[in-house]
Amino acid sequence: MREKTMKLVVTFPSTSAAMAMEKYCKESQAPGRLIPVPRAITAGCGMAWMALPGERPLLEQVIRDHGVTAEGWYELML
Amino acid sequence: MIYLDNAATTLHKPEQVIAAVVEAMSSMGNSGRGTHGGSLAASRTIYSAREKAAALFGCPRADHVAFTCNSTEALNIAINGGIPAGSHVISTDLEHNSVLRPLYRLEREGRASLSFVPADRQGRIDYADFERLLRPETRAVVCTHASNLTGNLVDIARVGAFAREHGLLFIVDASQTAGVFPIDMEKMGIDVLCFTGHKGLMGPQGTGGLCLREGIDIRPWKVGGSGVQTYLETQPEEYPTRLEAGTLNGHGLAGLAAALDFLQETGLAAIHQKETALMRRFYAGVSAIDGVTVYGDFTGDRAAVVALNVRDYDSGEVSDVLAVDYDIATRPGAHCAPRMHRALGTAEQGAVRFSFGWFNTAEEVDKAIAAIREIAA
Repeated sequence: MREKTMKLVVTFPSTSAAMAMEKYCKESQAPGRLIPVPRAITAGCGMAWMALPGERPLLEQVIRDHGVTAEGWYELML
Repeated sequence: MIYLDNAATTLHKPEQVIAAVVEAMSSMGNSGRGTHGGSLAASRTIYSAREKAAALFGCPRADHVAFTCNSTEALNIAINGGIPAGSHVISTDLEHNSVLRPLYRLEREGRASLSFVPADRQGRIDYADFERLLRPETRAVVCTHASNLTGNLVDIARVGAFAREHGLLFIVDASQTAGVFPIDMEKMGIDVLCFTGHKGLMGPQGTGGLCLREGIDIRPWKVGGSGVQTYLETQPEEYPTRLEAGTLNGHGLAGLAAALDFLQETGLAAIHQKETALMRRFYAGVSAIDGVTVYGDFTGDRAAVVALNVRDYDSGEVSDVLAVDYDIATRPGAHCAPRMHRALGTAEQGAVRFSFGWFNTAEEVDKAIAAIREIAA
């Protein structure tokens, strides 16, 4: 498996919110990508946005600018 | 991409399905809304889809095939409209949320009580449990034909015989088996067969339906435009109009009709044989890898699904590595099958599901085995 490093994970209440996050991050050239929600957060279905911890301000800016509904912010070894 | 998520949807479709949808989008009017060429083209195509679906599933009448968007909608119609208030219903641990959530809602609203035939750690059920769970007020059995998580089959004919013996409504979810396994409503004692068009049938998403035995009374949840009996204030009683208020997905159903032709030409036996061979090849490969746990019963006939975990790794992470590093598409997590995961003991870890289809190859299977071997190393 991959070598684990500390990551920033953002979760969303719906697939639509995750799609909005991807769209606006791409438009804003903000970093990260969609991953399956890690089980450390939830065992259910779903997608999350993964970036690096230091990139949180950029993501917060995207979320503020475009009214994306984020659910939770986590720092995890992934 | 190596696409091994056919239990979610078959991504690759026969060329004739794609061509039929494209053709329909430039030629079809609204079915049953007139006798001009466009409307008749839609009516004829949709009727042919009914005939082909009825033939495939042993439904006695083409006009007892009602089309929906998918299995979930069909199951909602059957469960909400066909189970009398105050009933006790028997279902199983193998069910998908498309069965479970409509049943749970009936229970929460005080309209039904539920019992579930339990599954063991290999996802198997004991058929004697159906008898054990029977009560005087039992009125229905709702049961999948195969688990979407393990691929384990349910002996539908056996459950159908039980339902018929006790005068119970028998609703079957054929989401994972339609188009691959022979289904005969008459012989299997099925009252309502719910299917989706976009999985084993290899048709477009947004198509599905329910096949009804004659005499089954289903109350429609939606009522509205039907193209007939305009001045009647209630939904027409006749099937399939009774369950099909509003414009159908004619373009999608043109694709489904073409998909049903493809199945007829190819033969279910050939499809079953190929998918089974791929699934068995994959199972033999991965079950020999140290650190891999495979779930389900592989002793008999089964759907072409293999669910596994690698060591104690997060199933989502394994699926992500497969997608990003190997370009292999699988499905991690809970698969909308909460009772099945609890029975297998995988509620926390989830599982990585590999599901095989007609367009997969042995070479793709071998690449997937090699990827799992590397991940487990």
